[in-house]
Amino acid sequence: MEAEAAKFIGAGLASFALVGAGLGIGSIFSKYLEGALRNPSAAAGQRTNLLLGFALCEATGLFGFVLAMIILFAF
Amino acid sequence: MQSLGELCYEFIADMVRDTVGPEAMRFMPFIFTLFFFILAANLIGMNPYAFTTTSHLAVTAAMAVFTILVVIVAGIYKNGLGWFKLFAPAGLPAVMYVIIVPIEIVSFLARPVTLAVRLFANMTAGHIMLKLFAIFAAFLAAKGGVTALGIILPVFATMAIVALEFLVAALQAFVFAILTCVYLNDVYHVEHH
Repeated sequence: MEAEAAKFIGAGLASFALVGAGLGIGSIFSKYLEGALRNPSAAAGQRTNLLLGFALCEATGLFGFVLAMIILFAF
Repeated sequence: MQSLGELCYEFIADMVRDTVGPEAMRFMPFIFTLFFFILAANLIGMNPYAFTTTSHLAVTAAMAVFTILVVIVAGIYKNGLGWFKLFAPAGLPAVMYVIIVPIEIVSFLARPVTLAVRLFANMTAGHIMLKLFAIFAAFLAAKGGVTALGIILPVFATMAIVALEFLVAALQAFVFAILTCVYLNDVYHVEHH
């Protein structure tokens, strides 16, 4: 196989990071909603943690993006 | 105008008090500056034709490295060499330390990297996505005829992404500030890490 083709395949494979990020963000918001509906009075205090968890989770997906960019342009 | 300033102050002050504690209020100006610098840089980047400084790794890496240096220097200044107990949590069997200490050190060293790459990747990815959809719309418009009617889809997608990008701009500034608070937590609470 040509090295050029392998590069594009690798960059495409790097986008699999989105699987984990999607699952993680989904589970964060679903669990938050679950908890918030059970105990609405405690929900407001946990919004900081919700956003923190969301951003940490989203970052893992973006690391995949950075990886793809490195594979495509740095090599 | 004054109430706006007080709102900003209270927002950051509450954040520092909640995540670290009242003893960390001396770092509050630092986190305040960090938050509003990143927020302003992100929002300036959302203007058409403007440049997003935070979409460059050099800028975010400089801020992340400075943040982690503040944590290290403040931690050693406050706790002396006892600060290094951070890497060896108490109450474990002796064999476990062989595994735990390297893991803790690596996870500590990964902090500035993740801090820098998170902000950089968020801003870059958002702007690339905007550009892709805008180019898609331009291609469709250039085709002419019935195909040009399809331009509605990418244009609305671009609008939605612009809205999302404003959210991300604020959220990432917030996340950078709150993660700085979480890391500063290690300065003041070495024992129960």
